[in-house]
Amino acid sequence: MADVALQPDRVGATQTPRKRSSLQKALKRKSTAAFLMTLPLIILITLLVLYPAFYSLHLATLNKSMQRFVGLGNFEFLFKRDTFWLVVKQSCIFAITAVVFKALIGFIVAHFVHNIPAKGQRKWRGMLLVPWVIPPAMSTLAWLWLFDPSYSAFNYTLSFFGIGPIPWTGDATWARFSVILVNVWYGAPFFMIMYLASLKSVPDQLYEAAAIDGANWWQRIWYVTLPMMRNIIAITTLFSLIVTFANFDIVRILTAGGPLDHTHIFATWAFRIGIEGSDIPLGASVSLFMVPILAVAAIFILRDVNKRGNES
Amino acid sequence: MLRKKLTRRQFVAATALSSAALVTAPYVRSANAAGKLSIGFWDHWVPGANKASTDIVNEWAEKAKVEVTIDYIPSQGNKNLLTIAAEAQAKSGHDIFAMPTWWAHANAEQLEDVADIMKPIIAENGEVNGTVTYLGTVGNKWLGVPACVGSQIKGPCSRIDLMKKHAGIDVQAMYPAGSEPKADNWNLDTFLKAAEACHKGGVPFGIGLGETTDNVDTAGAIFLSFGAQLVDAKGNLTVKTDAVRQALEYYKKLISFLPPDVAAWDDASNNKWLVSGRGAMIMNPPSAWAVAKRDAPQVAEQCWTHGFPAGPKGRFAPYLPYYWSIWNFSKNKQAAKDLLVTLSKPAAIEKMVTASGGYDLPAYEKLTTLKVWAEEGPPKGTLYHYPNPYKHQILSIAASPAPPKIAQQIYAQATLTKMCLRYHQGEAMEKTLAWAEGECEGFMRS
Repeated sequence: MADVALQPDRVGATQTPRKRSSLQKALKRKSTAAFLMTLPLIILITLLVLYPAFYSLHLATLNKSMQRFVGLGNFEFLFKRDTFWLVVKQSCIFAITAVVFKALIGFIVAHFVHNIPAKGQRKWRGMLLVPWVIPPAMSTLAWLWLFDPSYSAFNYTLSFFGIGPIPWTGDATWARFSVILVNVWYGAPFFMIMYLASLKSVPDQLYEAAAIDGANWWQRIWYVTLPMMRNIIAITTLFSLIVTFANFDIVRILTAGGPLDHTHIFATWAFRIGIEGSDIPLGASVSLFMVPILAVAAIFILRDVNKRGNES
Repeated sequence: MLRKKLTRRQFVAATALSSAALVTAPYVRSANAAGKLSIGFWDHWVPGANKASTDIVNEWAEKAKVEVTIDYIPSQGNKNLLTIAAEAQAKSGHDIFAMPTWWAHANAEQLEDVADIMKPIIAENGEVNGTVTYLGTVGNKWLGVPACVGSQIKGPCSRIDLMKKHAGIDVQAMYPAGSEPKADNWNLDTFLKAAEACHKGGVPFGIGLGETTDNVDTAGAIFLSFGAQLVDAKGNLTVKTDAVRQALEYYKKLISFLPPDVAAWDDASNNKWLVSGRGAMIMNPPSAWAVAKRDAPQVAEQCWTHGFPAGPKGRFAPYLPYYWSIWNFSKNKQAAKDLLVTLSKPAAIEKMVTASGGYDLPAYEKLTTLKVWAEEGPPKGTLYHYPNPYKHQILSIAASPAPPKIAQQIYAQATLTKMCLRYHQGEAMEKTLAWAEGECEGFMRS
């Protein structure tokens, strides 16, 4: 003790290298390097995702004029509105139907593409990805012209067969069909490319073994392909469910929520209330309502993926 | 090389000295001595119309020694509404912003009172109509200066030939260019008969029942013509009244004479309807006619813009004003007010209206007979009655006279057109009224 007290310089001299070496050690650690490399992304996510998310939570707790804290008052108000429950129902119909069809079409088309000889496959892959790479705001405008109430190109074509005119965006059922169709058209290529990648990773030996055992086409799909693709299917479905639930542009451009609110989904109704109706807190509450629905879906799907990961 | 190290003390002393010198220095007038001003104007759809306002602003800026920046923000895709919401949240942005219809009221607490400049402007230009006051004031506070740019009346634009042929109505004789309207018989009954006749003739009226503004505005004017209000000026629910029932009954009859797809119409649908030559009338400012002039001149030369049909409670026409408002976070409010006075001078207004081809409407009664409306064509005089020069109709906005913050919800949610559609699709009258009452109750939350 006394030595240390009498020789302060010596203490400093011995501590600095120790500090430096521990910093060097920390920097050499893989986890530190990984953290530093992801830091720009963490900052970006904090600024562009976390801050707006917490800000919208804050907004959802304010009254209409944003001067008073109302706690969960906005949600309480929404639960009493018929239109809100109509929007919840429609968002679920829209997202679930669209994701099911996207997955189904993606799965079928991925098989077709997988069976095309490697030489011509690239061309097909490129062409089939076109709907997914065009910004949906632009492609939906083209669909809007095809569905135009008075000058629909579809109706014009159908008229040659004595069919129509079909009120693509003027009737509730047809309008729902139209927005789901466009969403499926836009999103199916994503499923196709994910499933195609997954199909390519299934070892050929498994199919050979199945063939030796006398498995037919359906049995090969059911007992080999699907189990090998399960995780990809689950993750893709979850991702697509989130994106489809949060969709805005397709519905906004095609029907703007009409007719009679029958195609509104969370994002479009939140925009109608928050921006067009100048009730930002209520709009924020509507948009936040998809969080618990998606959280439940995410928990179930990810739990299933983890379980299978542990089993394997 | 000689390098002198700046100590912390020297740095602090130098900073303090230069700050003191700057503060106490004599005021030197530079090119932009009166500060900066940023403006968010509505981006006009008429090519070249923005130039008129730019020229007026630049001329003023040069004289006032103010550095001005102008952003022209389109209403396409509601970009202007998004910008207003963002600036209101951030309490930062432009000094002056062009607020459409309801947005001055929606942001009333954050806007500078311009009552002091409105008094001399009104004294010079004449009184403003009731809708301008309704949307632009809270008590004695003016939330903005009525802007001529973007302000419009959405009255009937009829096909002269088709109305004569199918409905036996001479719209030019009813609304002669250069003189008072002779439209005493132009009422909702005549209108309905004309709609039926044109429907039979294969050229139905193009009146939408979607959820966008053109559709809501027409419904609003017809409801008001019956005296039908969903919420009155004091904020009381008045949905279940005979006036509302009459308006719904009327609309039910009217819808049967409209194109079958009107439920899906947006603000472009009626324009396309007129330009394609498929309809005898639409409710729109002269933008549809202007497009026809370019794309279908044979249609344009048969178009005549005129007044609304009268109902039992009066002749109402939809009027949608813009306001140039000053945010209360603006750092150059005095310069902003000075500019708004300049923009409201009769000569400046005439310049902007002329640049828009007569589309823009001043809010002031002395400025409804500018040369441009008498001269625009073909046919010459087609816009003469567009600015309501004889105060022939009451300029109104749908959902008024409900308190603006409630009315905005009724308007944005298109409650009126939804009611008409529901009833037309077979829903019982009382059920439709109960639905609308429930909606309006929700809009009243504070």
